[in-house]
Amino acid sequence: MATLNVLVVDDEPGIRSGINRILSNYSVGYPFMDEDFDFHLIDAETGEIAIDILNSQAVDVVLLDNKLPGMDGIEVLEYINKQQIDVAVMMITSFASLDLAIKATRNGAYNFMPKPFTPQELRASIENVAKHLFLKRMTRKMQEEGKQIRFQFLSVLSHELKSPLNAVEGYLKMIQERQFGDKVEEYDKMIERSLARLKGMRNLIMDLLDLTKIESGKKQRKLRETDLSEVAKMAIDTMEPYSIQRAVKVKLITDGNTSLLADPDEMEIIFNNLVSNAVKYNRDGGKVEVKLQGQATSVVIRVTDTGIGMSKEDLETIFQDFVRIKSNKTRDITGSGLGLTIMKKMVDQYNGHIEVESEPDKGSIFTVTLPRL
Amino acid sequence: MSNEKKLVLLVDDDPDYLFQLEMMVKNLGFRVKTAESQAEGESVLDTLKPDLAIFDLMMENEDSGFILSYKAKRKYPDLPIIIATAATAETGFTFDLYNENDKAWIKADLYLEKGIRPDQLHREINKLLKL
Repeated sequence: MATLNVLVVDDEPGIRSGINRILSNYSVGYPFMDEDFDFHLIDAETGEIAIDILNSQAVDVVLLDNKLPGMDGIEVLEYINKQQIDVAVMMITSFASLDLAIKATRNGAYNFMPKPFTPQELRASIENVAKHLFLKRMTRKMQEEGKQIRFQFLSVLSHELKSPLNAVEGYLKMIQERQFGDKVEEYDKMIERSLARLKGMRNLIMDLLDLTKIESGKKQRKLRETDLSEVAKMAIDTMEPYSIQRAVKVKLITDGNTSLLADPDEMEIIFNNLVSNAVKYNRDGGKVEVKLQGQATSVVIRVTDTGIGMSKEDLETIFQDFVRIKSNKTRDITGSGLGLTIMKKMVDQYNGHIEVESEPDKGSIFTVTLPRL
Repeated sequence: MSNEKKLVLLVDDDPDYLFQLEMMVKNLGFRVKTAESQAEGESVLDTLKPDLAIFDLMMENEDSGFILSYKAKRKYPDLPIIIATAATAETGFTFDLYNENDKAWIKADLYLEKGIRPDQLHREINKLLKL
């Protein structure tokens, strides 16, 4: 149970004690809230006292009479607004005045309640205020968390971009200072490594652009009947120079109708990720099987490799941004750490799902199920 | 002080940077032992005690360097440790170790930016080794 502090500002003692009575045993709950709210009441008989209280303790809701002996309700409201105090204000007015209503609304009053009111009316109003307050705070919290995640993403990203720059810069300095003598050949390895790091950086930037497009929703999807077997063949062909180099055999098996309504570019991203991972994280002379199965309501893609596999702990992290499994076996494999993040987001867009089974040193099986739209 | 060359442990998950740092530190006249991860760094520390250690910050995790540093200090309280990373400039995070609060949990003696010049590094190492 969470408690909301309600400040009642009214010069009539009868109203204050009445509100006290009505709300003291009352609580509000909604199915979407984790807990119910009850109310703790604080009294103020003038606007000046109310401001003192607002400055000295936490208040969530203010029930504010407009006609007060000293400063009036609107002035209290103006003060709250100016100081940006985080409260929901409900004005209590004994007569309906359009002028007052406009003024109060302009100053951020959340609601009005005519006086006299029944206990029922007060409870209904307070229930609304509590809901409003809860949603407002939740929204803010979620925005802050969003910012936090964004900040983390940026800090890791800049690290990932800066590391290759440092590496290349370091090699260039070594070459510039002729640290290994005057023979150009002595520097071949360093030049090769520099080029590899630059290539990795380029891939990271490309992946990042893909990811940004997905996240901003700007990537325009052109849905048409797409045969996934064709896309798979293309992805396998793209990887061929590398698979030949590693002597990895890639086999494609298709079964049933493997066409579905999809954006071919997006399907290509999914297949490129699946196939390139299966080849990259394989052993020399290993095998990859890409199996497509057309079912009534979906197409199932299963990519099996005989590669280095992953541990249970690794499996839990692979869909996170920039996560790359680091070990002796992966140190020479380049990657941005964004491939699976991108693939997962793509698959999510099609309401599909991904399953991964893996065993260290045996291999991995990625199963992607895409429902027919 | 013995005349034998001092041993410096370098831990960094970027093999290129590790190689370059190794060259730099060797050229300064030290013996070098390298490791490529927090875990590998820990197992090296189980078998030998270096005279000084330089750790990268972001390895397996974003704070691997801190954790490694903490564990190293628990084992060898007098081992001087430098944390070297590229993190500060771009994240705006600054961890300077001169306020007592940070010193309490970041168990390193010095915090350095990557891309440091050899003469700067030499000076810092000598200071820590009291050479």
